[in-house]
Amino acid sequence: MKVKQISVFMENKPGRLAEMASTLGEAGINIMALTLAESSDFGVVRMIVSDFEKACQVLREKNFTVTETEVLAIEIPDRPGSLGEVLKVFAQKGLNVEYMYAFVTRKEDALIVFRFDDPDKAVEVLKDTKVKILSNEEVLALVQ
Amino acid sequence: MTQASEKIEHRIWNPRYEQMSEDERAQLQLERLQATLQRVYRNVRFYRKRFEEIGFEPEDLKDFSDLSRLPFTTKEDLRDNYPYGLFAVPLREVVRIHSSSGTTGKPTVVGYTKNDLDYWSELVARILTAGGVTADDVVQIAFNYGMFTGGFGLHYGAEKIGASVIPMSSGNTKKQILIMQDYKTTALVCTPSYALYLAETVEEMGVDPKSLSLRWGLFGAEPWSERMREEIESRLYITATDNYGLSEVIGPGVAGECLCKNGMHINEDAFIVEVIDPETLEPVPEGEWGELVITTIHKEAFPVIRYRSRDISRIISERCECGRTTRRLARIRGRTDDMLIIRGVNVFPSQIEEVLMRIEGVEPHYQLIVDRVNNLDTLEILVECNEKIMTDMVKKLEELQKQIEREIKELYQISARVRLVEPRSIQRFEGKAQRVIDKRKL
Repeated sequence: MKVKQISVFMENKPGRLAEMASTLGEAGINIMALTLAESSDFGVVRMIVSDFEKACQVLREKNFTVTETEVLAIEIPDRPGSLGEVLKVFAQKGLNVEYMYAFVTRKEDALIVFRFDDPDKAVEVLKDTKVKILSNEEVLALVQ
Repeated sequence: MTQASEKIEHRIWNPRYEQMSEDERAQLQLERLQATLQRVYRNVRFYRKRFEEIGFEPEDLKDFSDLSRLPFTTKEDLRDNYPYGLFAVPLREVVRIHSSSGTTGKPTVVGYTKNDLDYWSELVARILTAGGVTADDVVQIAFNYGMFTGGFGLHYGAEKIGASVIPMSSGNTKKQILIMQDYKTTALVCTPSYALYLAETVEEMGVDPKSLSLRWGLFGAEPWSERMREEIESRLYITATDNYGLSEVIGPGVAGECLCKNGMHINEDAFIVEVIDPETLEPVPEGEWGELVITTIHKEAFPVIRYRSRDISRIISERCECGRTTRRLARIRGRTDDMLIIRGVNVFPSQIEEVLMRIEGVEPHYQLIVDRVNNLDTLEILVECNEKIMTDMVKKLEELQKQIEREIKELYQISARVRLVEPRSIQRFEGKAQRVIDKRKL
């Protein structure tokens, strides 16, 4: 039920983000979701990509520091108030969201990536709620 | 892991000189010192003039306390007498010439007679033996060969032992590793920072370090830390020892660690080492830190009297478990000239390194940038963000930066700013590492 997110360390200097994106592009890897978190000196790019293993490999070859994190991709109906409903469930179940970002899909429903401090616990407690967690395969199928 | 779990077998190359009693040592040093002073007084105009200025004649030397009456010899003195002014023999007796690896100013030239080369090899043989090397070893020398004394110094010492020597010289890192694999190198000789770079490249090339035959690492020519030793030992699966020397005095061979890894045994039959306070120039109390001042007592071509090494260390007089009776030098803490004075606080790059290496996952690739902003000194520490410290959360990385800043503040009362940088963005060095960039214009 969990999806692998790749995070890349990025110094704040011109051209680095472009280099990362073209490295992935040349390897034929599709970036499906992306967010950048930054401090004054550096940033961390987090992505869901079409081929996790290969992305790690080609980025490491270019001396990028990468790390793997497990996140949850959750489908949210495309109508007002639905995100609030899902977040309310998290609150009721005592789940702490570290960060979240939206996914680009061609479907009608919105897809949002959530990073919980404890992803296994999140999967467990959301099992018997109406919140729909997508599997890795389902996520990948979205870009096929 | 390392050899620590096995019983350590201490070998001593020259028990006659490495296991002297205190009286024997004092007697021998005094005799050799007198002979050296006689020779420089007769043959080197510089020393004769210096001695005459204070009304000293070599016969006046009765015991070691008289040595401290003599003036120091400095790097500047060596430069002023460039190239051959301080040689104590005619050039025709000199069979080898080396030059200091000094990074600043005009080089200094040193010479060796045939006897000097023989004795040099003898001294280095002792250090290699202390570090575990025997006739059965295959020694890869990854020190630069050339004017720098490191390559040739270790080379002839290793040959003297009867080891198989691979004169690789420095650089060409991937080839170094291929040779290590194919020639079954058992002992590696280089700078500690290059050893670490080799370890990194081994991993990068996908070579299992355990598949190598390496057992011993003898590292010198720059200050390093205990943490760095642990890092090198655990990544290359070797026992790493520290050794010390400087070209103005002889090159490698002044002192070297035994397998107790607890200070470098000084070859006291060839050198008298004093420790002084670099500010007052007075000797420090026994066992305290200060600048090493070295007098050679067994050199023909290029003797030096009370040479100010600029290296900071201290003398350990307690007996070592290995059986040698020679006194030891503590790990070199730094040089008086690479000591940073930041807002009046003295700090050596090696002290910053100790802090960094205490933090889980941090590797010893760092650079210190000193600057002056609005008349205040600033210290910026660049640390590479590797996969061991990498996380997807910016706040955790920021917390790591703050943790290092806090620890440096607590230990040394210095406000530093730590900045994580991308891996491999700090330059790697094949010889001596250049850790400090001082941008201050004073």
